[in-house]
Amino acid sequence: MALTNDIVKQKLTEKFGEQVTNFIEPYGLLTFEAPKELNLKVLNFLYDDEELKFRFLTDLCAVHYPDQKGRELAVVYHLHNMQDNIRVRFKVVTDINQPDVYTATGLFSSANWMERETYDFFGVNFIGHPNLKRILNVDEMEYFPLRKEYPLEDQVRIDKDDEMFGRG
Amino acid sequence: MTEHHIKLPEGSIEKTTTTLNLGPTHPATHGVFQNILELDGERIVSAEQTVGYIHRAFEKIAERRPLYQITPLTDRLNYCSAPLNNMGWHLSCEKLLGIKTPKRVDYLRVIIMELARISDHLICNSIVGVDAGAYTGFLYVMQYRELIYEIYEEVCGSRLTTNIGRIGGFERNFNDIAFQKLEKFLREYPDVLKEFENLFQRNRIFMERTIGTGAISAERALNYGFTGPNLRATGVDYDVRVQSPYCSYEDFDFLIPVGTTGDNYDRWLVRNQEMWQSLRIIEQAYQKVQEFKGADAEVYHADVPEYYLPPKEDVYTKMEALIWHFKIIMGEVAMPAGEVYHSIEAANGELGFYLISDGGRTPYRLHFRRPCFIYYQAYEELTKGSMLSDAIITMSSLNLIAGEMDA
Repeated sequence: MALTNDIVKQKLTEKFGEQVTNFIEPYGLLTFEAPKELNLKVLNFLYDDEELKFRFLTDLCAVHYPDQKGRELAVVYHLHNMQDNIRVRFKVVTDINQPDVYTATGLFSSANWMERETYDFFGVNFIGHPNLKRILNVDEMEYFPLRKEYPLEDQVRIDKDDEMFGRG
Repeated sequence: MTEHHIKLPEGSIEKTTTTLNLGPTHPATHGVFQNILELDGERIVSAEQTVGYIHRAFEKIAERRPLYQITPLTDRLNYCSAPLNNMGWHLSCEKLLGIKTPKRVDYLRVIIMELARISDHLICNSIVGVDAGAYTGFLYVMQYRELIYEIYEEVCGSRLTTNIGRIGGFERNFNDIAFQKLEKFLREYPDVLKEFENLFQRNRIFMERTIGTGAISAERALNYGFTGPNLRATGVDYDVRVQSPYCSYEDFDFLIPVGTTGDNYDRWLVRNQEMWQSLRIIEQAYQKVQEFKGADAEVYHADVPEYYLPPKEDVYTKMEALIWHFKIIMGEVAMPAGEVYHSIEAANGELGFYLISDGGRTPYRLHFRRPCFIYYQAYEELTKGSMLSDAIITMSSLNLIAGEMDA
């Protein structure tokens, strides 16, 4: 039987119970969240399980939500099961003051540079990474440029509301 | 007096290997790559890649730009096949916005995308030839890349960084000259490709230079996140066009060529076969486009005034079009909140767009999954123990594009 989002969700709940949370399916892609201490356990389970077989790391990146106190940085993994052609999006969130997340390089060689890139732009400290240093930016840089506290000039005008033009 | 002498680094006298900086501006690297190679004679002991020389912070810039202004940024990722990136971006936006495009638009897009794939593979394969010492093929096929660029020019006005298409379709309908040039391409290109193939495929020098060099197993390739022709050369038949069809690729009949050994020769063969398959797809798409008659043949975009820039003549003559034009250009159109990952089969692998919108007028976060960036990590494993001259071929046969890698 082909693997579906429901089966993935059911297997994850069986294994991790209440710890895997926030199941949503935006645009059909199963998305869920786990505590950051569990990230390797979840990734390993998704990789090793006979039925799930999420053995391809499509993408790894981070997102900064400055308004969520204590949960500012989200590390997002996109995993792919090529046999059944199903993808999942797995997130772990971390406090920006202590952005330590275990590295996935033991499982996926491709995670190496993707984690370096994530460190470079967001300052996520991947514990156990073999070579965690900046990759695209210069080594001397002292900040993490994709964080929201470094805004660019706003190009889209919101000072000019629709109501003022009778279009509200 | 001693301080005036040249100071040698500690241990450099005893060292038996040579350190060689290949790049960042070396003619054989075809772009700004730096490789710090440790050489024992001509054999590579270890390699360390440095990337980021043309990093332009596209992901940051995109956070302050309305969707239509991000298209030109995507041009500059893989600049050998800019239309593929543009289309991938439009398709991602359409997925977020819930826009359904008419069939004719899909087919026209397929034509442009496959032309871009051919031009990208042509460059890559002929560059592999150049690095192996065969310059003729490269010069020969340039003429037909030029013809492809002329077709782009008829559709969007530019050649290299195309900014082709809009969210919802194309900026204008294909004109007769575009179709004539396409016909000319379909008529003349098979012979050219055949001749190009004859120059290399069973050429003994070329085979001896490429067979067995830069090889990788399917298992390692998957672990390294390989996609596209590089993965297929190892024998894994993964192609986004077939696995998760987009843009009506399910309507077309084509094959996925795969290799077995994952070496430079197989990568070359896979790309070569893909060009034949792309030709087949273009032929089918062109046939399907011709089946639209009358008013249907005038359809070249979806009806989404909120996101699709109206034609300029309407802007000058119609109130509605003027309002939409103004709103779009000033970036005053909000998009729905949501999270979307969309990927397409770009010329060198799975090009993904991870777009997060918080309901504002610009993306909250945009991440590009750049295939080059991910598989360039494997370069050390691919070249360790091989000759320096093979490492050069491996580099070009991976189809590394600096612009895409550094985003």
